Amino acid sequence: MAGEHTAEAWLGRSVRRKEDDRFLQGKGNYVDDITLPGMLHMSVLRSPVAHARINSIDTSAAEALPGVVAVVTGELLAQHNLAWMPTLSGDTQAVLATDKVRMQGQEVACVVAEDPYVAHDALELIEVDYDPLPVIVTPQQSLEPGAPVIRDDKEGKEDNRVYHWEAGDKEATDRAFAQADRVVSLETFYPRCHPAPLETCGCVADVNPVTGRATIYMTSQAPHVHRTVFALVAGLPEQNIQIISPDIGGGFGNKVPVYPGYVVATAASLLLGRPVKWVEDRTGNLISTGFARDFYMNGELALREDGKMLGLRVNMLSDQGYAYADAQPSKLRAGLFHIVTGSYDIPAAHVVTDGAYTNKAPGGVAYRCSFRVTEASFFIERLVQTAAYELGIDQAELRRRNFIKPEQFPYTSATGFVYDSGDYGRAMDVALEKLGYEDLKAEQARARDGGRLIGVGLASFTEVVGAGPSKDYDILGLKMFDSAELRVHPTGKAILKIGVQTQGQGHETTFAQIVANELGIPPADVLVQHGDTDNTPYGLGTYASRSTPTAGAATAMVSRKLREKARQLAAHLLEVAPEDLEWVGDRFRVKGAPDRQTTIQEAAFAAYTDMPEGMEAGLEGVTYYDPPNMTYPFGTYAVAVEVDRGTGQWKVTRMVAVDDCGVRINPMIVEGQIMGGLTEGFAMAAMELITFDELGNCIGSNFSDYLIPTAWETPKFELGETVTPSPHHPIGAKGVGESATVGSPAAFVNAVVDALAHAGVRELEMPIGPDKVWKALVEAGLAE
Amino acid sequence: MKVTVVVNGQERSAEVEPRLLLVHLLRERLRLTGTHIGCDTTSCGACTVLLDGTPVKSCTMFAVQAEGREVTTVEGLAAGGQLHALQEGFKEEHGLQCGFCTPGMLLASKALLEENPDPSEQEIRWALSGNLCRCTGYQNIVKAVQWSARKLQSDRAANQAG
Repeated sequence: MAGEHTAEAWLGRSVRRKEDDRFLQGKGNYVDDITLPGMLHMSVLRSPVAHARINSIDTSAAEALPGVVAVVTGELLAQHNLAWMPTLSGDTQAVLATDKVRMQGQEVACVVAEDPYVAHDALELIEVDYDPLPVIVTPQQSLEPGAPVIRDDKEGKEDNRVYHWEAGDKEATDRAFAQADRVVSLETFYPRCHPAPLETCGCVADVNPVTGRATIYMTSQAPHVHRTVFALVAGLPEQNIQIISPDIGGGFGNKVPVYPGYVVATAASLLLGRPVKWVEDRTGNLISTGFARDFYMNGELALREDGKMLGLRVNMLSDQGYAYADAQPSKLRAGLFHIVTGSYDIPAAHVVTDGAYTNKAPGGVAYRCSFRVTEASFFIERLVQTAAYELGIDQAELRRRNFIKPEQFPYTSATGFVYDSGDYGRAMDVALEKLGYEDLKAEQARARDGGRLIGVGLASFTEVVGAGPSKDYDILGLKMFDSAELRVHPTGKAILKIGVQTQGQGHETTFAQIVANELGIPPADVLVQHGDTDNTPYGLGTYASRSTPTAGAATAMVSRKLREKARQLAAHLLEVAPEDLEWVGDRFRVKGAPDRQTTIQEAAFAAYTDMPEGMEAGLEGVTYYDPPNMTYPFGTYAVAVEVDRGTGQWKVTRMVAVDDCGVRINPMIVEGQIMGGLTEGFAMAAMELITFDELGNCIGSNFSDYLIPTAWETPKFELGETVTPSPHHPIGAKGVGESATVGSPAAFVNAVVDALAHAGVRELEMPIGPDKVWKALVEAGLAE
Repeated sequence: MKVTVVVNGQERSAEVEPRLLLVHLLRERLRLTGTHIGCDTTSCGACTVLLDGTPVKSCTMFAVQAEGREVTTVEGLAAGGQLHALQEGFKEEHGLQCGFCTPGMLLASKALLEENPDPSEQEIRWALSGNLCRCTGYQNIVKAVQWSARKLQSDRAANQAG
């Protein structure tokens, strides 16, 4: 009977992904798969030294090589005012070096040739005369008085400081420390690492010499922002720029910034009148594009003897490389690092942050993280663990005593965030029970007696994602709203166009589920489009776990808008007043006469064939969603490890991850995101490292040196969940893409430290290789 | 020089420079762009194809070395409009996200299952340890291979019974 009709539920359902069929059959369309008629190939000559004056560049031999069409230098770009470009943090970065090189791997010249092999051959023929300059590889060296000024290209710049920024209340924090029974401190370093998506960055730039229209296929997480940046950099009229971000082979923040290669390829296409392809090699990706972290942190926690936290002080020093190119909101110089109070009710906090230039690659992107939240979460979770040892309180118990309580939400933190919702104790309970925490602690004690070293580490993280409300969040002045445009066709099928851009997150499936949830059109009938700036509404892109909180909300809201129009249409068809209808998930029914109904498909057909007098035809709309607040996903991660006293090797024996990301749209995809993030978190804790010698040579410039875990090293994960909906998001979702990377590094490190903590070990710097553990074992007298 | 290779069952010839890599022959000359390039050091396995049934990294082999041999790429997995059991398994167990490593993972898995129809989790992890994935964390890839192994076994049983 129609009266008993129940619409299908589409939230919380592991719908298999719509995008998979093409990927599984080799029919994806990544940037490097694109070939255009007459296309040329570009390769980049990079500086072998980290800091030097360029005396001369001789390109004559390269230009003479058969097949070479052009060699582009900074001098040539300077004639078109293109030698420098803005970064997303409002600094400048060289497109091609003119006066100096300021990092190893900096782009010096580009060869454009008929064939990619010839383009590479020609690089060898370019002669560059460098005059070496002193190299700065740490922010501490950089801020020493008298240090050479790296950015002497900037008029009036007399030191290497990028910014100084503070949050919280210094006086209140000082008072809290004055009242403390105990003060526990931690000094640590979150080393430089790299998102290293498996697909490197690249583009195919196609500037039509007749119309002047530039079509740029680009590995972009933020195609609309990139279009606007291109308009500003190149002075091209924005309607003549089309950025197409096709299938993207992973991003993790690496594909948010604008890189010199994109700009030179576009300039070369403009000058030559032919399409130009540039695809970076892996070394180029690792040594020159957006790195992550490189944060020195020290801080203190003021506590009462019973473990109650009273105040937090943190000083942070950030290595920015030679340009300030963090991709983050303009007003927040150190991103969202001031979320460093974490999951705890700490009445007073003061955070001091400084950034400094060095002769290293710029970037500071958020590697699967929302603008420096990973560093903040790592720091507080390491510090709380340290405090537990110093106070002799169990690490779980100390956390529990200080968690923000469920009834305290919305909770305003000491640094000004308004946490939307949470139940931290419950997430921890689920994690500890799943892990068998008490049993493990007992096993740890027995193992120690037997000469074995077992460690148990926790992290109860809180993230802040979904940037963000326009009053506080913008990039280069562009407010961080996002958008969705929905068109329902006469046959009741739909196309959804969104301002964000997937890089594997499964938007084509989950966003169709959001429409299905709101309108009852099955996901299979909803085509989701993204990534093409001509065909999607303006949006700020996909990073910082913002797609679901922003564009996902926009999708729900535009669907509701259309539902209201469909109500008018249904009322017209059923000859009743709109308020006499009830919505039951996929159709309208007449209240009290449930057999009289109009499905969403019938209403859609009427929108084009039988609309009431005075109503505009069509069933489509667009919504730009300005979120009222950020969302605050959280969870508890628990790790057990065993450390080999003979070699310093450590092995994860258990890893339990309990996440609360609010309402889960597609649990299969959510869990996939979590497992991917846990792996990257493990990678940072165990092996990923970009470092430099004193001459600024990058160590970690290929996958033989920059270690990424394989299936062999990666531990098994046991997942759990709690659900605390976001009160302000239309469907209660919070975003999940990065929780695991944010929360897990501290859990892994805490576990390894815990194995050695009884012997006084408090700190091991990431990545924790067996060498570091071995040294600690020897110093602690635990080595075998 | 001329090179002739049997690609996905079809004989294909091309005039190539001796230094042309096999992956470039496949991608650029034969336009089989399902095989990807993720590094320059034979580390990532995105370019994995089967050469006479054995997985090789096609970025570390010259095209001319494949002369007269059989190459299987991801485009050769589905047959008659039907997905291969591995492709089904990866979809069913969510063994892929961005899809960039997927072709290499599928081919390395195919070689494994042909040699060992019922591999343990550790055997799967070892067999795939030459292929990097940044999105999935491998756990679902392992499950996908297990799903496929079960499917292939039940298909074989059904065939024998039939």
